[in-house]
Amino acid sequence: MRSRLTAAIALGKATATLSRALGWGGGTTVPGRVARAVEPNVVGLLSARLRLGSVVVAGTNGKTTTAHLLAHIVRALGRSPVHNRAGANLAAGIASALVADADVLGRPRGDLGIFEVDEATVPRVVPAIAPRTAVFLNLFRDQLDRYGEIDAIAGLWRSGGAGWAPDLVVVANADDPLVADAVRGLPGRLVPFGIEDERHARPALEHTAEARYCYRCGTAYIYGATYFGHMGRWRCPGCGAARPQLEFTACDLAPLGPDGSEFAVRERETGGVARVRTVLPGLYNVYNVLAAVAAARSLGVPLDAAARAVASFTPAFGRAERVPVDGREVRLLLVKNPAGFNEVLRVVLSEGPLPVVLIAINDQTADGRDVSWLWDVDAEMLAGRAARAVVTGLRAGDMALRLRYAGLPRDAIEVEPAYDRALKRALDLAAGGRLYVLPTYTAMLALRAVLRRWGAVRGFWAT
Amino acid sequence: MTLVLRICHLYPDLLNLYGDRGNIMVLAQRARWRGVDVAVVEVTLGRTAPGDADLYFLGGGEDRQQRIAADDLAARQRGPLTDAAAAGAVVLGVCGGYQLLGRFYRSADGRDLPGVGLLDLWTEHPGAGSRRLIGNLVVQPDGGGPALIGFENHGGRTYLGPGARPLGRIVLGFGNNGRDGGEGGVAAHVYGTYLHGPLLPKNPVFADRLIREALERRHPGCELAPLPEALEKHARAAVLARAGRPADA
Ligand SMILES: [Zn+2]
Repeated sequence: MRSRLTAAIALGKATATLSRALGWGGGTTVPGRVARAVEPNVVGLLSARLRLGSVVVAGTNGKTTTAHLLAHIVRALGRSPVHNRAGANLAAGIASALVADADVLGRPRGDLGIFEVDEATVPRVVPAIAPRTAVFLNLFRDQLDRYGEIDAIAGLWRSGGAGWAPDLVVVANADDPLVADAVRGLPGRLVPFGIEDERHARPALEHTAEARYCYRCGTAYIYGATYFGHMGRWRCPGCGAARPQLEFTACDLAPLGPDGSEFAVRERETGGVARVRTVLPGLYNVYNVLAAVAAARSLGVPLDAAARAVASFTPAFGRAERVPVDGREVRLLLVKNPAGFNEVLRVVLSEGPLPVVLIAINDQTADGRDVSWLWDVDAEMLAGRAARAVVTGLRAGDMALRLRYAGLPRDAIEVEPAYDRALKRALDLAAGGRLYVLPTYTAMLALRAVLRRWGAVRGFWAT
Repeated sequence: MTLVLRICHLYPDLLNLYGDRGNIMVLAQRARWRGVDVAVVEVTLGRTAPGDADLYFLGGGEDRQQRIAADDLAARQRGPLTDAAAAGAVVLGVCGGYQLLGRFYRSADGRDLPGVGLLDLWTEHPGAGSRRLIGNLVVQPDGGGPALIGFENHGGRTYLGPGARPLGRIVLGFGNNGRDGGEGGVAAHVYGTYLHGPLLPKNPVFADRLIREALERRHPGCELAPLPEALEKHARAAVLARAGRPADA
């Protein structure tokens, strides 16, 4: 009903204006919640009006980076993407983005929706959006307190398939056996992506790896190569399940430490190859770039144009973001689960020992309330390679203990619960060098608020 | 004479859901800091546990992993574990590992997973739609000592028979079944609990108690020198504050 939709938009917009004026939090979700209360299908009705359709991005790690990257690529080609703000990836956050983009009559200003979608929200939101492309990045044990178990998420994706468009393009990380299994049987065309470069394979599966036993038959997987967490070239000797043939492959990798990486993207169907350079560091970001390029291809973006656009991309806040503070550089690298934390540690230590790292751990809902995952992080990497660690956040004490048992001397670990004092202390210890800051999500927001007060970063609404 | 502590970690690649290896790190490191030699044996699927360990540990797993481990555990380890426990070895099970130390686990679909029966208790999952018991958990141990703190996340509800007593009473959280106020199960030196986080880093007094009991088997009357606990106090205070409890004295 048109009138109900326009009422929903008007109310949503008013709420957004009000919450901004009053400095309320929740500006990224409350307008959507209000609009959905008036018109429950606001997401479906508004997204259907986007001329070029929509793309959804799901997965535990890298949603925000991949969605921003894809938006950047299509923007370089003159399209106007509508996308939800980082972390606002439930139905209300997506509704907020659509309401903000539409005019009062419900006409969208943008032409293409790019929405990051929370893992568990996929079956509820995806049928309403009816995307032309769905990107599935990875599945990690993350926020088990919120979702129960990882199997349950894979099951949600699988069962959600019935309501999806039959011409959907499913861009899926084939190196992740959990993803490969979860997207099996979804409608549409499967576009598997993965890494193929054994020079950069890990010697063995990390103990943090989730997928050790086959989802179909329970036999232990055999990995020909592993790259990040439980991702790699896998197969099951029991039932014959194996990594699907790759449609997009990252190969010929040249990691550039904290400054990013360079690699080739090969497209099987066309035989096309493009060299990609990105400032996003670490193998986990190779997957994100690959996913964004594959999704862009599904929208008709030429391979070399996508590769060129990747080179000019600067990261979303907190994701390898660089912030100058009094002539020094602070680098924020978000940590959310063991595999990601390990990869971040490898990146920050890749150029040699550090005088200090700042680690900020919170246990709010957006971080995951259970901090036991810290014990699956290979914090041992820091022993002997970081002279000092400053820890802050609501669960600074847990992180301090993890570092102590990882072999850092007690007097090398400084617990400073106040974010501003912790940041100041770490900057002093960094002695003019680059400071690496490793925060969980809400700790990142808190540290950015300190940086904003210091005048080092712009406000949330400006990002 | 050098003291020796032999730890057997059962199914580290299956029962590892909640940072469970942190418990092994803490046991090994706190023993080493006291000059104790430590050997850790990892027992994976299809291998039989050694009978001569001083301490056996089982962590928690997802339903699927727990099912794989349960069958192997019941078929292969029931004998060695029962004998070792009877000879005074310490056995610690956390979450899924705790459930498997009992008689059986009745899953949401009504299927029974066998337990090893070292503790007189059983666990039932009340059904697919029921809520998981999730959150910070604070327990006052029976017999005194500092509160045990951690996190819980389980669908199953555990009920104790007359042969087991709870580890303690709930201060914050749900514990065994969210109803009777009890948390964990103990019989002699066999311990089971829903506390993870993992359990031992933030509960050093309990960790040392397990180390001492495990060493006693071969080295009666041994003593453990105190260790500095400033970081532990800090980590504990954060959780105790959530429970509205004062920090440790
Ligand atoms: Zn199989």
